[in-house]
Order: sequence, then C-alpha cells, then structure tokens
Amino acid sequence: MNTFSKPLLTALLVGVGLCSDAFAQKAEVIHWWTSGGESAAIKQFADAYNKAGGQWVDNAIAGGDNARAAALNRIAGGNPPTAAQFNTSKQYHELIEAGLLSDLDNVAAKGNWDQWMPTPIKNVIKVKGRYYAVPVNIHSFAWFWYSKAVLNKAGVAEPKTEAEFWTALDKIKASGQVAFAQSGTMGYERGTFSAVLLHMGGRDLYNSIYEKRDVNAIKSPAFKTVLEKFKKLHAYTDAGMPTRTWNDTTALLVTDRAGFQIVGDWAKGEFINANKVAGKDFGCFQGWGPKAPYMVSGDVFVLPKSSNKDVIKAQELLASVVTSPAAQVAFNNKKGAIPIRPDVEASSMDICAQAGVAALKDPARQTPDPSMLVPPDVFGAVGDVITKFWNTDMKPEDAQNRLVAALVSK
Amino acid sequence: MKLPTRRPAWSAHAALIPMGTTVLVAYIAGILWTVRISFTSSKMLPKSDWVGLKQYEVLFASDRWATDMVNVALFGVTFITGAMVLGFLLAVFIDQKVRFEGVFRTLYLFSYSLSFVATGVIWQWMFNPTLGIQQSLRSWGWENARFDWITSQDMAIYCVVIAVLWHSAGLVMAILLAGLRGVDEEIAKAAQIEGIPRWRYYLSIVLPQMGASLGTCLVLLAVAVIKVFDAVVAMTNGGPGDATDVPTKFIMDNLFERQNIGLASAASTTMLITVLIIIAPLMYARSRSEKNA
Repeated sequence: MNTFSKPLLTALLVGVGLCSDAFAQKAEVIHWWTSGGESAAIKQFADAYNKAGGQWVDNAIAGGDNARAAALNRIAGGNPPTAAQFNTSKQYHELIEAGLLSDLDNVAAKGNWDQWMPTPIKNVIKVKGRYYAVPVNIHSFAWFWYSKAVLNKAGVAEPKTEAEFWTALDKIKASGQVAFAQSGTMGYERGTFSAVLLHMGGRDLYNSIYEKRDVNAIKSPAFKTVLEKFKKLHAYTDAGMPTRTWNDTTALLVTDRAGFQIVGDWAKGEFINANKVAGKDFGCFQGWGPKAPYMVSGDVFVLPKSSNKDVIKAQELLASVVTSPAAQVAFNNKKGAIPIRPDVEASSMDICAQAGVAALKDPARQTPDPSMLVPPDVFGAVGDVITKFWNTDMKPEDAQNRLVAALVSK
Repeated sequence: MKLPTRRPAWSAHAALIPMGTTVLVAYIAGILWTVRISFTSSKMLPKSDWVGLKQYEVLFASDRWATDMVNVALFGVTFITGAMVLGFLLAVFIDQKVRFEGVFRTLYLFSYSLSFVATGVIWQWMFNPTLGIQQSLRSWGWENARFDWITSQDMAIYCVVIAVLWHSAGLVMAILLAGLRGVDEEIAKAAQIEGIPRWRYYLSIVLPQMGASLGTCLVLLAVAVIKVFDAVVAMTNGGPGDATDVPTKFIMDNLFERQNIGLASAASTTMLITVLIIIAPLMYARSRSEKNA
C-alpha cells in the first residue's frame, strides 16, 4: 500500500466510480435468438435500448434449453444477468416463488399493462398481483400452413371447415402428393396434437384437459374422438416423417412437395427466406370460422433480483424500451411473431401476422398455450404419451389412461 | 511377488494433489449431492426437504424409463459384440502384413475422429428413406428397394448401433492390433510349420494371450454404452416414439427442459448403481489379468 500515494488511490477509486456511473444502464441479456432472422430481430431491441441511453450487452446462447440452463446457473450462483429469455409459460414460476426475480410493478403501472395486455399472457406473468416478466412477442403453435401449388394441383381450395380439411387431405393424397407434413420430434408431435385438440375438439374440451386436468374429460368419448382424429392424420404423412426436424418438414411445403403442416408461426421465416409470399405461394389459417380460438404463446425476459441500484435502473429501462410500440413492431417484423400490444400499426405486417393481430383483439378467441397451463414436467409426460400413441399402434383408450396418469396423478 | 518397501515419494504425492482435489470436490462431492437431491422434491431449483423414495417410485412407475433400460441393454449387447468382432477382424486383416498398412490403419481409425453428433447426423441422412440409401437404390433402378429401419419401432435402435459401431470399431482395431503385435512371432511360425489353419491360430492361440487389450476395449465400449447420448440426439432424438430413447436422454430432459431435478437425480443414481454392478467385475477381471501378465 505504501507505494501508492493517497491522491493517486483516491483518483483511482473515483475513476472506477465514474466508470460504473458511465455504464450505469448496462444490461446483459441472455437469449437464444441465434438464427439469421432472429439475430436481426434482437438487434432492433439492442439499438432501441442503446438509443434510450443504455448499453446492451448481448449474450446469445444457441438452443432454448442451453440458454435457460445458463441463466439458471448464473441466478443460482449469485451472478445473474440483467435479463434472461424464457418462454411465456410456467418455466420461470419457481424462480418467482423462490423470490429470485424483480417485480416490474413500476414499469407496468407506467405503461398501463393492465389495460392492454392479452389475458393469457397476463395470467402467466402476473403472480399474486405483481408482474414478474416482460413479454416481448406472441407466437402461436396452432397455425395450419399450406402450399398453394400442392392444393391447386389436387384441385382443392383453402378449407373453410373441418370437413373440407379432411376432404382436401383425401384429394391431395389421391393426386399422389404428400398431404400432411409432420415433424418426427416429440415437441412437434405434441404441438400437432394440441392444435387438433383445440381446433377439432373445441376450446371447452381443451380447457378441461390442460387447464382443469379433469379425469372425466380425459376419459370422455369426445376426447377419444380427438385422439382418433389426431391419429388419422398419420395416414396422410410420408415415410420420411420419423426423426425429421420441424424446419426440414416446413421445407416440404416451401418446395411444394407437401400440402399441409401444423406448426408455430416461427415456420414463416422458412417461407420468407425462400422468397415465398404469404397469400400467393403459401397460405395460413388458425382453425376455422371467424370465432376460431387463437393459441397464444411467446417469449419473455425475466429480470433477476438485484440490490444494485444501477442494475434496477437498467432493468426498468429495458422493460419499458422492449414493450414500447416502436420497438415491438421493429422486433416482431423481423422475428415473424406478432407484437404483444394490440394498439400497434399492423399494415406493415404480412397477411398471416395481420390475421393473428385481428384474432388477438377478440378476448374470446385468446387461448393460452398448454405450456402456460401445465408445469414443464407434466407437459413433458404428456409428450411422452402422445409420441408413443402417434408412433405405435397404441389404442386411444390406452392413451387416455396414460394421459390421466401424466396429467392428474402428479 | 513382494515389492521392496520404499519411502513414499513426497514430490509425486504433491503432484497428485490437484487431481485428487478435483476428484474429491467435483466427482465424489457431486455424486453425493446428486444422491441427496434424489431424496428431495426438487423441481427447478434444488430443495433440501426429504421425501424418501418418492422420486424412485415415480421413476420405476415410468413407462419411458422402463423402455430406456431395455433400449440401452439391447444397444449395449449388440454394440459391444459387434465392435469387438469387427474390431478384431480388422486388426487380424491388418496383421496379415498387407501393403499400405498405414493407409488402412488411418482409414479404419478415421471415423473415430468424428464427433458423435456428426456421426449421428450423417447416418440419419443415410437411413432416411426419402433421401438416403433407400432413395439412392430406387433412383438406380431397384424401384422396390426398402430400407426404412429408422422409421420402425423395432429396428430404429439398430440404426443407432450401426452408426456408433462405425464410429468406434476403428478404435477397437487399434487397441487389438497393438495386442496382436505383442504376441511372439515365433509362435506364428511354429503354428505354420505345424500346419495349423490361420483361423485356428488366431482363435485358440492368439486370442487367449490378449486378455489385457480385450479387457481395455470392453471397459471403453461399456463406458460408451452408458453415456450414449449425443449420437441418439443427433440421429433420432429418441424417436420414433421412444424407440431409441436412452436413460441419459431421460436424465437430461428432466434436468433441463422438464425442470425436474429430483427425478433426474433419482435416475442418475439408479444409473450409477447399475454401472457399478456391471463395471465392477469387469475392472476386477482386468486388474487380475494385468497382474498375471
């Protein structure tokens, strides 16, 4: 210590203090948006945040599981990032219970979140009256996509009812083409199942299964019919289905080698990358009729609790920037998702996103994604049953019993 | 034989301290912690409550876990047998003083330099009936060619076996070749003079002398079986259904995506006990054969 003069030491300390002041709004954000379109999207947030006086520190980790695991380890280890991406679901609810996340009531009150936030999202980010996560986009798993060329070749138009959908599948199959493209990974088999349950079984049955987890509903004949319809789709798939990823599956539609696919709207990026235009080369619909339910999911940022005032300031700035209308439109146009706010200008979006925004304005159509209703371990157990049912000759009754075990007895 | 008593080499012991600490802190403590967590109700974050054997009850009631255990057993038996036989045959082939021996050795060992992920992806494409071997055969004129094992509930696991076998047989070859070269050449000459057929020479004379190399291969392959994960994820992701699902994938799923570390820890502990039961006699046999050698 003797080698340092007192003034020098003071100068150093002040200097350090100044530095930390200058970077007061530094925000390290862990996320898993690493593909081309996704990085372009997150850059919109980074730019907006920097413009608002902050300093965005990007920490992209490929793969949702890996990014969430990294964030969790940092939070549990006492060195949390400023913000971390999770899905709009129950994934982060245990962190809230453990008191590890900052509440956002200040920002939410200032931004009037109570007024405009869609109910399914509000329900999963607001716990015991306080907001704990910043929603950034809305995705939906339950979209039907189709290749116009394949439908034209088979001589069918976009199906307007469920009956027309099955007729269309038959005609496409008869024309020698693959009628239904399905990914062979568990999550996407389960996604198709949930969409069939919602759009063919109806919203009430969907809620009884996933929200109420009602034994009688799971054992009901109506649900058995849903399982049979889901399994019926198997007959319209191609031999390459098992083990195929969702994007390879979407590629079949992009290259006009298959008719329909049920997958989330992140698949739109595959069409756009191949210069396909929504409404011209490919079509999209979310169920049938003007009152069809719209399944809502998406991504959030959670903000780990900190006692450091600078971090809290950075978190509040981040929360207000990413929910602002301008940043929402800029981000979501690149991402292929739709904004969390119903009060944004939709004219710059493609027709699929516009249909999504329109559906979202009607609260009666908003339906939460299953991952918002059941915890991750239960949702996984449901997936185990569904993938086995889809891939083997398991009887629907057997699947019903196993789903009771997966959904109820835990 | 009794070694002469020596003073302990302090410098050697000191050099072992970092490794010893790592083993104690990272491995042993990690294992103990995992066992402890398996008796808690932990979901996303570790808890310190006590629920007894509840996680194990859930585990053994799980249909998927039962399938995983059968799958890994099937995989283990076919893979180890296949790799040993294939590796030995390759080693014997190279031992015939073939020309360009170095080229063949490199070729056979080449696949081992690939990661399991790359191996899995390549073989996934090969097995995929719409773009791999089946499609090629059909485009060459065999219109009814059929090779769609990877889509079949019963055969998909053997696709993984073939891929991993292709990856690892070269390593077995290298180890066994070293073992073969250790066998006295005079014996080969003597056998030749006696007019003993080559296959008989290898089977009855050479093989029994190679206990140590065979044991090494067996342990390495057994370890590969227990930790098989990346090849499965890259190739089939456990599908179709749960046809190629393995215990390690069950553990990883529950550890991360399903946020169920209690169940994941119970599964890990069960795996550890299974491994100890299987590996311990192997290690014992190997250490004995080394002592005798």
